[in-house]
Amino acid sequence: MSSSHDSSTIGSALVKRGLADMLRGGVIMDVVNPEQAKIAEDSGAVAVMALERVPSDIRRDGGVARMSDPEMIQGIQAAVTIPVMAKARIGHFAEAQILEALDVDYVDESEVLTPADEENHIDKWAFTVPFVCGATNLGEALRRIGEGACLIRSKGEAGTGNVVEAVRHLRTINAQLRRLQSADANELFALAKDLQAPLPLIQEVSLTGKLPVPLFCAGGISTPADAALVLQLGAEAIFVGSGIFKSDDPERMAKAIVEATTHFRDAHVVAKVSTGLGAAMKGIETASLEQRLAERGW
Amino acid sequence: MREHTSMLERVGADVVAVRSVEQLDDLDGLVMPGGESTTIAYLLTTSDIRPTLEKKIEDGLSVLGTCAGLILLAHEILDGRSDQWSFDVLPLAVRRNGYGRQISSFETLVNVKGVGEVPGVFIRAPKIETWSEDLEVLAFHDHGDGEHPVLVRRERIWGCSFHPELTNDERIHRLFVDAL
Repeated sequence: MSSSHDSSTIGSALVKRGLADMLRGGVIMDVVNPEQAKIAEDSGAVAVMALERVPSDIRRDGGVARMSDPEMIQGIQAAVTIPVMAKARIGHFAEAQILEALDVDYVDESEVLTPADEENHIDKWAFTVPFVCGATNLGEALRRIGEGACLIRSKGEAGTGNVVEAVRHLRTINAQLRRLQSADANELFALAKDLQAPLPLIQEVSLTGKLPVPLFCAGGISTPADAALVLQLGAEAIFVGSGIFKSDDPERMAKAIVEATTHFRDAHVVAKVSTGLGAAMKGIETASLEQRLAERGW
Repeated sequence: MREHTSMLERVGADVVAVRSVEQLDDLDGLVMPGGESTTIAYLLTTSDIRPTLEKKIEDGLSVLGTCAGLILLAHEILDGRSDQWSFDVLPLAVRRNGYGRQISSFETLVNVKGVGEVPGVFIRAPKIETWSEDLEVLAFHDHGDGEHPVLVRRERIWGCSFHPELTNDERIHRLFVDAL
């Protein structure tokens, strides 16, 4: 009988990106306690993001937002069988080390928390745990990938319940991908300069026409229709933050968003799950914001 | 799903991405992909695919379950949710995330009977802990705690702990499609 012996490799790019590949087509939900995590899992979430306050509360409360208490993260890990992600501040590699030590499945180096370093993001190649990072355009996405991010999400404007910024970021990334694809080899050097992105990644993307890692959408998604919109715009999965547990009926909203994400091209299904859902989160018009989270990170 | 599709096309199959129950008609074989088994089970129920698929499997549909798909085919699920169901067509007990959480995810070479060494990518992979003697084991892997099956078959039903679709090696898909 054939058998393989243990000469295995952990933390390779394939293994780190592999989990993001498995999350494609799914919904990752922000949860602040084990009860919410259970509701998320029961409703078909592919993963949960464990954090102390959802973005809309962070926005309301002000002050410095940091990594969550390990006790809270461990409580959520114990409550569900799906992957558990957690957030570290931009540039705060010590928080990321703690999250890796806690055995979280993905670290989000997130602009929702207060940045710890205004120059540098975390060197994500130094970690076994994979990282997701936000981006508002292709250059930013490729800089994060250059630093070792295994998954990119649009930043959107977290905690607003307003999908407009996420749409802007997705459309920008896709338009820049198309531009790169149509560029000839001579133009790529100037495009690398304009986008402020590593040349080898620019050359790779120019050939493939897509990011080397999955592209998800986050920031302001609050209804099944929002989910269907961003998936049709090219997002491969979605993060929903305040949109679920700040709605009238979180369990129903969670299930509706999961079904809309699976059947995002079937308007009959999206219509059915949108019917009689109760109020979505109230939301904020982004033009009136004092603090734009998407401007954090660079 | 995308990777499975391109692998199956490479070995000469016509592929349909099944999202609704009508799409189950006229299939020779079905690949149940990886992902979260709780999510897939939830969607199989809400889309009404479950009862029809149960019947099709009973009537002889060939199925390859990879990772989460293996869990959905297993007789017994260890460390699953208390209400987790499965199609119960592979005589084995599988432990969810039996090889650990993401930090412990790994790649290695797996020696498959009749095929040779293929790359195996194990992502929060399920571990087959006990299995019946009528199960054909096509590959074992020893992760430091003894040999556990990682590719198994009973007649038309195949189960795989790892992700053959994440590499460029299409031999596992070829094995499945050639047997249809």
